[in-house]
Amino acid sequence: MTDLSTTYLGFPLRAPLVASPSPLTSSLADLLRLEAAGVGAVVLPSLFEEEIEAEATRLNDHVEAGSGVNPEGTEYFADFTFDHLLLDRHLELTEGAARRLDIPVIASLNGNTAGGWVHYARELVTAGAAAIELNMYDVALDPTRSAADVEEGYLELVRSVRAAVDVPLAVKISPYFSSLANMAARIVEAGADGLVLFNRFYQPDLDLETLDVKPTLNLSHAGEIRLPLRWIAILRPQLPQTSLALTSGVHLGTEIAKGLLAGADVVMATAELLRRGPERASELINELSVWMDDHGYQSVEQLKGSVTQHTSGDPAAFERSQYQRVLHSWKPEPSA
Amino acid sequence: MWACIDANEAAAIIAYRLSDVCAIYPITPASPMGESVDAWSADGRPNLWGTVPLVIQMQSEGGAAGALHGALQKGALATTFTASQGLLLMLPNMYKIAGELTPAVIHVAARTLATHALSIFGDHSDVMSARSTGWAMLCASDVQQAHDFALVSHAATLRTRVPFVHFFDGFRTSHEVNKIELLEDDAISGLVRIDDVLAHRALGLTPEHPVLRGSAQNPDVFFQAREAANSFYDAVPDVVQTVFDELATFTGRQYSLVDYVGAPDAERVVVLMGSGVGAATEVVDQLAASGEKVGALVIRLYRPFPTQQFIDALPSTVRSIAVLDRVKEPGAPAEPLHLDVVMALSEHWLGTQPRVIGGRYGLGSKEFTPANVASVFAELSSAKSKPRFTVGIVDDVTHLSLSDDPDFELATTAKQSVFFGLGSDGTVGANKSSIKIIGDSTGLYTQGYFVYDSKKSGSVTVSHLRFGPEPIRSTYLITDADFVACHQFSLLERLPVFDVARRGATVLLNSPYSANDVWSELPVEVQQQVIDKDLQLWTIDASTIARESGLGARINTVMQPCFFALSEVLPADESIALIKKSVEKTYSRRGRAVVDRNFAAIDRALAEMHRVVVPEVASSALHRMPPLPAEAPDFVRDVTARMLNGEGDLLPVSALPVDGTFPTGTARWEKRGLAAEIPIWDESLCIDCGKCTIVCPHAAIRMKAYSEADLVGAPEGFRSKATVGRDLPPGTRLSVQVAPDDCTGCGICVDVCPVRSKSEARHKSINLEAAAEHRDDERASYEFFLAIPEIDRTAVRHETVKGSQLLQPLFEFSGACSGCGETPYLKLVSQLFGDRMVIANATGCSSIYGGNLPTTPWAKNAAGRGPAWANSLFEDNAEFGLGMRLGADVQRDEARRLVAELAPDIGRDLAADLLDREPASTDEVGIAEQRTRVEQLRAQLSGTTEVRSLRLLSLADALVPVSVWIVGGDGWAYDIGFGGLDHVLSSGRNVNVLVLDTEVYSNTGGQASKSTPRGASAKFAVKGKVTAKKDLGLLAQAYGNVYVAQIAIGANETQSVRALIEAAEHEGPSLVIAYSTCIAHGIDMPTSMGHQKTAVSSGYWPLYRYHPSPEAGTHPFSLDSKKPTIPLHEFEQVEARFAVLERSDPATAHHLQALAQADVDERWHYYEQLAGVERAIPNEEEPS
Repeated sequence: MTDLSTTYLGFPLRAPLVASPSPLTSSLADLLRLEAAGVGAVVLPSLFEEEIEAEATRLNDHVEAGSGVNPEGTEYFADFTFDHLLLDRHLELTEGAARRLDIPVIASLNGNTAGGWVHYARELVTAGAAAIELNMYDVALDPTRSAADVEEGYLELVRSVRAAVDVPLAVKISPYFSSLANMAARIVEAGADGLVLFNRFYQPDLDLETLDVKPTLNLSHAGEIRLPLRWIAILRPQLPQTSLALTSGVHLGTEIAKGLLAGADVVMATAELLRRGPERASELINELSVWMDDHGYQSVEQLKGSVTQHTSGDPAAFERSQYQRVLHSWKPEPSA
Repeated sequence: MWACIDANEAAAIIAYRLSDVCAIYPITPASPMGESVDAWSADGRPNLWGTVPLVIQMQSEGGAAGALHGALQKGALATTFTASQGLLLMLPNMYKIAGELTPAVIHVAARTLATHALSIFGDHSDVMSARSTGWAMLCASDVQQAHDFALVSHAATLRTRVPFVHFFDGFRTSHEVNKIELLEDDAISGLVRIDDVLAHRALGLTPEHPVLRGSAQNPDVFFQAREAANSFYDAVPDVVQTVFDELATFTGRQYSLVDYVGAPDAERVVVLMGSGVGAATEVVDQLAASGEKVGALVIRLYRPFPTQQFIDALPSTVRSIAVLDRVKEPGAPAEPLHLDVVMALSEHWLGTQPRVIGGRYGLGSKEFTPANVASVFAELSSAKSKPRFTVGIVDDVTHLSLSDDPDFELATTAKQSVFFGLGSDGTVGANKSSIKIIGDSTGLYTQGYFVYDSKKSGSVTVSHLRFGPEPIRSTYLITDADFVACHQFSLLERLPVFDVARRGATVLLNSPYSANDVWSELPVEVQQQVIDKDLQLWTIDASTIARESGLGARINTVMQPCFFALSEVLPADESIALIKKSVEKTYSRRGRAVVDRNFAAIDRALAEMHRVVVPEVASSALHRMPPLPAEAPDFVRDVTARMLNGEGDLLPVSALPVDGTFPTGTARWEKRGLAAEIPIWDESLCIDCGKCTIVCPHAAIRMKAYSEADLVGAPEGFRSKATVGRDLPPGTRLSVQVAPDDCTGCGICVDVCPVRSKSEARHKSINLEAAAEHRDDERASYEFFLAIPEIDRTAVRHETVKGSQLLQPLFEFSGACSGCGETPYLKLVSQLFGDRMVIANATGCSSIYGGNLPTTPWAKNAAGRGPAWANSLFEDNAEFGLGMRLGADVQRDEARRLVAELAPDIGRDLAADLLDREPASTDEVGIAEQRTRVEQLRAQLSGTTEVRSLRLLSLADALVPVSVWIVGGDGWAYDIGFGGLDHVLSSGRNVNVLVLDTEVYSNTGGQASKSTPRGASAKFAVKGKVTAKKDLGLLAQAYGNVYVAQIAIGANETQSVRALIEAAEHEGPSLVIAYSTCIAHGIDMPTSMGHQKTAVSSGYWPLYRYHPSPEAGTHPFSLDSKKPTIPLHEFEQVEARFAVLERSDPATAHHLQALAQADVDERWHYYEQLAGVERAIPNEEEPS
């Protein structure tokens, strides 16, 4: 029988598929379904510093808006204790998941600079998170701030979270670094135990009727796996001791196989599980198992990293020239 | 244990501990008592015996009294809280409860009664109206007594079986924060003896031992039975004294039924009760210490009047007595307490009767000052003292008032501070926090009292704080402050802020200017005051610090450390630590982020506060606000302006109307200039849609169409454009114009503007821009705009949004909240029907922003016509409006009869036209023609002396139809006024009812009504309202012949306009329920109109019109909104009234959310079926 177990962030996992942050991982019921479907671990939805603050301050502003204004009604709201704010609800989810699930429950935090808020990481660990996934991304708007400054800010953030918690730390990064290999190595040096490649972001869209800018989220589609696949393959030999997770565009069990071949320790799925339900995880794992059987692999450990940049038959294929070749081979489709 | 609380809380603590049932209903200033007990019950807090009291909100005070009576009859311990009209509504039950000798306590924050005007403020009019009910009456003079006497009342009622009214002065005591010593449980259980409780319980109705109570008695026995209770009343004074004595054993605070203070050999004595005692005893102490033979006699038990104790307490040396009544009883030989005193003396005084005079003071919370008290003692010294007098006002008509000695000064050991701020900047909250910090952290006594103006937007607050080594009993405002803070720089222009500063006082400004620059920005009058009074001037830019710390406009946590540092009440480090601790305590329950941003502001405060070097000469070119322009009416310049300038207290009796009648159209003279940003119109983009003007809550943005010729003389920068479409003649011009000094800057107009620039999407046809950059130009433009003639009302289609918005609003510049959701409807109604409207307005927000002095937004057109408006009460408004209809109808009928009779004199053709061509109230052309005919009629009859002709002349206006509008909020329509509303709707009469439905009692602070939706948190429903919203529209439709519409102007303006016109056209009762966004919803007010679209698209607020028709086969119910497209939660989640529950009690919230969604689904399904129902309503003639 095929051995699907793997190790990620030091945790032995029964399968190399991890449910990444999404609305599916925000309810305990769905988390239990994911576990039943066989995923190796779950990552809870990302906790955003600004969301935590915005929720509390906006609510407080609304509650206070009419206070002290007129003699008949000096307050419009009773004196509530808001003990189920976003952070409270998230800690409650973390605590519940950690208690009810046997697989590792990884908590995710979003931030872009070091600050007092890293104590949220500690609170997540106290609530039972087995590991922290630091979701690190912001839009660098300030033209006076150099790329080096931005990168140093990220590293400082990794160091501060590292110092705040003693559980494994994964860092989820974007592909938008001039020297990703260099940045990846520095993030590891700053204290990351693992890297998650890559983050996908809400991008604004425009409403053509109202001309409003609207945030939208497009779920990943087939083909998106190629960018993280390339970088997993490149980074695997460069960071042999670091856990690597591939995320983005995983819709088939065979794509899990691709990720593992390129050197990932785990592959994460979001869109496919959201679209088709938690039970789709068991099908993906089964598809992987069938593929491995068909191709004579006995274990994930055997499979992992067998087609990295170093171990592939064509190292240059992961380099820029590949791009040129694709362009040269591209032909427009015949018009309808 | 010490606590810094107000009297409402002090009384409620005890009432709650000693009750099984609390029946509540909101009324100012007693509402906080009901709110407290409701919140404690929701939290599961037990009473003295471990039971969580049941707290039930009723539909009115009458209902609360009924529920109280029933609970008492079952043997439960029950209480309620009320004031003013609320107590009057309880009177019938009070007679019953007393007649049945039932132990009960009503806690009253005594407030005046509505007479020539409503007033929310304090005097003894309400409790004096209850003095014949048979309830004992115990009066607390201060906050500590409100706490102590609450217990004494509950204990004494159980011992005597006589029910007790426990009262204290509304606002001055109910809302004064003072440091008091809380009663411990041993005192409470020591005074409320369990045997008395059991005895009461044993009298409760039970089928195990059935009795009958409430019999009907005949002349043979009624009288005797009424006398049978006498001995119980006879026993009350001694029992109360016994309870007082027992209280003293626990607390050391000894009270008597009548307490005397002053010289033991006093010759002049004042007699009074209530908060005025504080000022009176301070004066007595000072005068007596200087050797004057004066004293004050304080009445604590007012009913049964303790005659013997009164006589015993009075020094035998007394020669003259002044009895002070805080009530006016027109026509009586003297006021009530005065009569009681005279009676007691006449029957029991041994020796020469002292001379007794009586005076009124403090009506409607009029200040009662030490100088007033001194003037009373001076009057007692006079050989020609006035037998009846008033004090605290200038009566230049009947010359009853006493004059104060302007030089009278009272020494005090307390430090006194006054803070001027805006309601929105958190000044009051900060000062309440400071009182608690000082009270809790030092051995000092503290006191705080807060004065608000009548506006809900840009309202000014003045906080009066005292702290010192002695208990503080100064029950009057501070006039010689050691510290004055002005939290809003602009107030220096509007109000005489530094008048209250004593010489050498420290003054602190929140100013946008540096310490070097601020001096030259002060008006010269203010500079002169600083120099003359040798004021120590400090400044800080708190607004910037607050904004940068994420606190927005709430500067309180910046100003608070500055007050502590400058007042030196505590060492700086210690005060900062205590402020932070207070912030932590207040805000940690709202989330860490809220605490952190306050900390950030506190940390910057002291370093950025600077001393200002004061030059020796005042040299500013700036002046305080100029007087009103010459074209303002005399009354506005002579009277209104004084009130606007904060000098209303100085107006003499002769300045005021004798009957409460005031001119309309006065808000336009009150230029408040509140907005930092105002909307600026870009005519190049405008499509004439009128959306910006229809939603403007303040009529501060307007639209006019006019001819090219009207542009002659336009000031530079006046914006104008050609009109769009064919609804107006070619060449017609159009302008959209802001009233720059009347706009509150809410931004709703910008939010709803549908047009964006092709080159810059954020630029709309109307945009908020800095007021300072545009104010001068826009003032000139607005003045020119006003002078452009109004459009011919017959030339536009009223049923369109654009057409309605080209009509002159006759409701403008109200003091409603910035972004108010109610006022756009009133403005629209005034545009459509204003020149023929009579309005009955229920008490509530709309009566306050509509009728609270100094000014009114109800206005007149150039012909002098406009809405005639009156407010009667809260509960009777539908009936009040119906009465107006009946009055109009009877006048019309008589006028028509006289026209017919006098046709030969009038001219037969004119008479025939007057009678036969009488228009409907929405027929613009017909009304214009009828008005012309009425003028002809007047001309025809002018100079007549014939009686019938004179009668017709007096009724001629009744030949023009009147549109009667009955306006009020949901508290009125759904709850307290529903019985009357139902009756009026059933009457078939032609009245139009407009319900401004905010789904909560907005005016009294956000208590739940039966309109409150399931799952929303409101006062009295803190844990979320568990029942669904009452469907008022459906109830009205059940009559069949009532026009009913449910509208939301932000969701569908056209449907709103159409519904209001149809309602007016309907020759019978109509009911329009208008969704009104409100600050009590906890929403972003600038986007509140857009939010109404979500209310509709979620099915939360379906739009419909039920239009009765006699035609067979018609479907009167028309659903005007589409099937819900989004889940209810999407609407609810952005509103704090729902969100607070989800963040504090998610399980309950989710349960109620699911039910609320089911409500929406079910209601929509039901309405869909209604839309298919055929009804043909018989076309009745109006009953004659």
